[in-house]
Amino acid sequence: MVKKIRVLVAKPGLDGHDRGAKIVARALRDAGMEVIYSGLHQTANQIVNTAIQEDVDVVGLSLLSGAHMTLFVDVVTMLKEKQMEDVLVVGGGIIPEEDVPRLKKAGVAAVFGPGTPVDDIVCFIKKNVKR
Amino acid sequence: MGEKDTIKKIREKQADWEKKVYSKAVQENPERKQKFKNLSEVEIKHLYTPEDIAENEYLSDIGFPGEFPYLRGVHPNLYRGRLWTMRQFAGFGSAEETNRRYHYLLEHGETGLSVAFDYPTLYGYDSDHPLARGEFGKCGVAISSLVDMELLFHGIPLDKITTSMTINGPAAIVWAMYIANAENQGIKKTQIGGTIQNDILKEYIAQKSYIFPPEPSMRLIVDTFEYGYKYVPKWNTISISGYHIREAGSTAIQELAFTLGDGIEYVKAAMNRGLAIDDFAPRLSFFFNAHNDFFEEIAKYRAARRIWANEMKKLGAKNPRSLWMRFHTQTAGCTLTAQQPEINIVRVTLQALAAVLGGTQSLHTNSMDEALALPSEKAVRIALRTQQIIAEESGVTDTVDPLGGSYYIEWLTDKMEEETYKYFDKVERLGGVIPAIEKGFFQREIAESAYRYQKETDEKKRIFVGVNRYKLDEEISIPILKMDEKGEERQSHRLKKLRKERDNGKVQKNLSRLRKAAEGEENLMPFILECIHSYATLGETCDVLREVFGEYKEPAVF
Amino acid sequence: MNDLASRVVNGDHRAIGRLITMVENDEPDAINAMKEIHSHAGNAQIIGVTGVMGGGKSSLIFELALAYRAEGKKVGIIAIDPTSPFSGGALLGDRIRMMDLSTDSGVFIRSMGTRGMIGGLTSSLYDVVEILDAAGMNIILIETVGVGQDEVDIVKIADTTLVIVVPGLGDAVQTIKAGLMEIADVFVVNKADQPGVEQTVAELESMLDLATHIERRTPIVATSAKEKKGIPLLVRKIAEHQEYAKKNKVFDVRRRQRYEAELIEIIKKRLMNFIFDEAKLKRKVDCCIDQISKKELDPYTAADEILGIMLK
Repeated sequence: MVKKIRVLVAKPGLDGHDRGAKIVARALRDAGMEVIYSGLHQTANQIVNTAIQEDVDVVGLSLLSGAHMTLFVDVVTMLKEKQMEDVLVVGGGIIPEEDVPRLKKAGVAAVFGPGTPVDDIVCFIKKNVKR
Repeated sequence: MGEKDTIKKIREKQADWEKKVYSKAVQENPERKQKFKNLSEVEIKHLYTPEDIAENEYLSDIGFPGEFPYLRGVHPNLYRGRLWTMRQFAGFGSAEETNRRYHYLLEHGETGLSVAFDYPTLYGYDSDHPLARGEFGKCGVAISSLVDMELLFHGIPLDKITTSMTINGPAAIVWAMYIANAENQGIKKTQIGGTIQNDILKEYIAQKSYIFPPEPSMRLIVDTFEYGYKYVPKWNTISISGYHIREAGSTAIQELAFTLGDGIEYVKAAMNRGLAIDDFAPRLSFFFNAHNDFFEEIAKYRAARRIWANEMKKLGAKNPRSLWMRFHTQTAGCTLTAQQPEINIVRVTLQALAAVLGGTQSLHTNSMDEALALPSEKAVRIALRTQQIIAEESGVTDTVDPLGGSYYIEWLTDKMEEETYKYFDKVERLGGVIPAIEKGFFQREIAESAYRYQKETDEKKRIFVGVNRYKLDEEISIPILKMDEKGEERQSHRLKKLRKERDNGKVQKNLSRLRKAAEGEENLMPFILECIHSYATLGETCDVLREVFGEYKEPAVF
Repeated sequence: MNDLASRVVNGDHRAIGRLITMVENDEPDAINAMKEIHSHAGNAQIIGVTGVMGGGKSSLIFELALAYRAEGKKVGIIAIDPTSPFSGGALLGDRIRMMDLSTDSGVFIRSMGTRGMIGGLTSSLYDVVEILDAAGMNIILIETVGVGQDEVDIVKIADTTLVIVVPGLGDAVQTIKAGLMEIADVFVVNKADQPGVEQTVAELESMLDLATHIERRTPIVATSAKEKKGIPLLVRKIAEHQEYAKKNKVFDVRRRQRYEAELIEIIKKRLMNFIFDEAKLKRKVDCCIDQISKKELDPYTAADEILGIMLK
């Protein structure tokens, strides 16, 4: 049996900064994962539908525009509605420390801020993937 | 003749020195790295001597400031005559909030305004558009109509102060709002000065706030060039940017090459339309990053001036002002850390100093808290003070191009120019800038550099204080900017009121006229101005253009 | 009926996604579901899209999908990208061009890595096609990796194969290496908004003039996904090919070949799993390999021994 971890790296909302998302996508690929990159300007609906069709184990949300409290929560909420709580949700970008507890409560398992070594993200995913 | 002998002698003596003195020193203090490579992967030697720049002729290659090739500067007496403009990029929440920040900055000594818009505005959506959900005012000010523009500049004399606006996709429309606002205040188009970024090519490459596909976007840009030189002569209708290319992860050489390449493309597009180069070229401006490698950045700015002067000459420019590479600089946001944020002040100081030594015309210094949130008042004040200290206390402004003649700097300047021309050739062979964009060439180069930078960081081949060395396990506790929670609601009411109270018949008529003109070949600026004067919103105006021009979808390039 | 299978047949996207993952991972639980769905499959038209990288396959597939949706058809899209031989991971970015369709319930898009399979396909592709078919897709578009000689394998699974050529990517004839000429049911000259289209079409026509062994003259359609041109014509040519294939029994022959290939694939997988996963046999195999390396045994005798044990 060959099980690969499938990850959706998504850019919700209008934020166009994709340097980090692309680097993380590459790093995850180098760590043996199958990475689907959503591209820019995704709505929560688009992200969740993609997650369903691609049957991903992880959804990684990248956002640097400050809209994370609304948009990350939208995604996690929708995943819950579709009974996809076994999908690991992680986030990254420009997210103040003080917002992290609320995001975690909503269902984001971890937030990786600026300066995080990519290996930390890889390790976290490998350790915490639920399926 | 004598020079060649001198160089020969130096070479001989250096060989001697290497053998006897240097190698001994290296034995005692072995070099910290195998190779010292700068951020562009250029290998840096332990020493530079006259031999390294022996090929340079002072008069033809280096010259005097204010004269071709402008290596040493476009202004003969630079900061001795006038300091650079201290122009802090700012914007958040609603127009009223940002207006207050502008007054604060002006009070504390900034000398020019710079507007940051929120994402919905950058993409040409009104604040109440569904896609604006969660984004209102988060990374810039929300401007949906002329009403907002009026509030944004309330109490600010637009005939006395210049404004730079970082707007690209809908640049023509936002510029129209600025012009309309000034006119409503009784200020003539000929009196206002400023810049619109309006550089769509780098959007496709790096910043990604595009709306329409390349062809119609270029048409809009040339429309602004034409309108600008005819009617708004003090306005820089474009800020050809490398900042964002660098932030996306490129090297300094790529930043230099891709930016100037874009510039040449704009000039050609305008000339293809039939515009005379000397009419519009004097109002082209540039925008560069000030990153960590101190000397590389200085060499970059100098090389940019010389390359641009040469390229514009090749294209037939005769007016000296057409050859001037005037630029604004912003210190590198991507180098700031969330960890130990106070030390970002030190980073910004060094970066700002490099920009000043490189001869920048205007400068924005980042605030220490920008890896966490938008700048707080205190943080932005310190950033401004940084510039003021460099200007008033450091003495570097006493002479023009102080590093001119440094063996290292002149060698590095030449090297960067050489590498830039290699990139020009590559792009040429791909068919030009726009075909290269469609083939993903720039995006791939940038992604590769970005990935390599990350790897070097993770593998500790490059050290970043507080990130992979000298770390501190502390709670980050500096005050973060808080925005007015009621702002979005107010904006929503404002928009509803506007749409009810304006002459909607007039708005529809003007939008129709714009659509027709967009389908044809007329200059769109007058039509856009008409729409704006009648209080059509940003979204409504952009929607018309979206219908006619279509929307751009980017390929996935890693 | 198996719960997962019935949900798939009802078109439940979640179930489809899950079952695809299970067959890709070779999970034994998938087998029962696969057994049950087979009788529900066989109605979809399978269209293979192959051609060099940079040919705009993803954008073209997006436009085709839109056209088929306008006809009220349900569309499945399988986008294949190469799996890295070093890390075993893959960057699956084809979907990015199709994201406008991700909220259309009549479309199902799945990205797959080749996972070590050469031929531009994946070994579980037959299964995935059956799943999408059974789930009610009328059209299944398969985008292959598009590198080199490997593209020809698509013909094993597709009813209609499109070969994409792009003007200006050098000599179009060179980009069609031996093999692609024969497998193309329709040639698509994409990015027809770029210069060189007429020349490319002319080159293809003259190649077709020389290919006297091909029964049916392959149509050539110029398209531009950017300008949305040529798509209705392409849809028509695909339909024409379908009619031709059905009329001339080519369709039945190909389908049979496909099921043959599928059966071979399943048996091969089972055999390999059996030999290499079953502990007792695995030990024997490892031992044989050591002996072969030491020249104590030759590979043919080793095979005799292993198969001997298996067939006992």
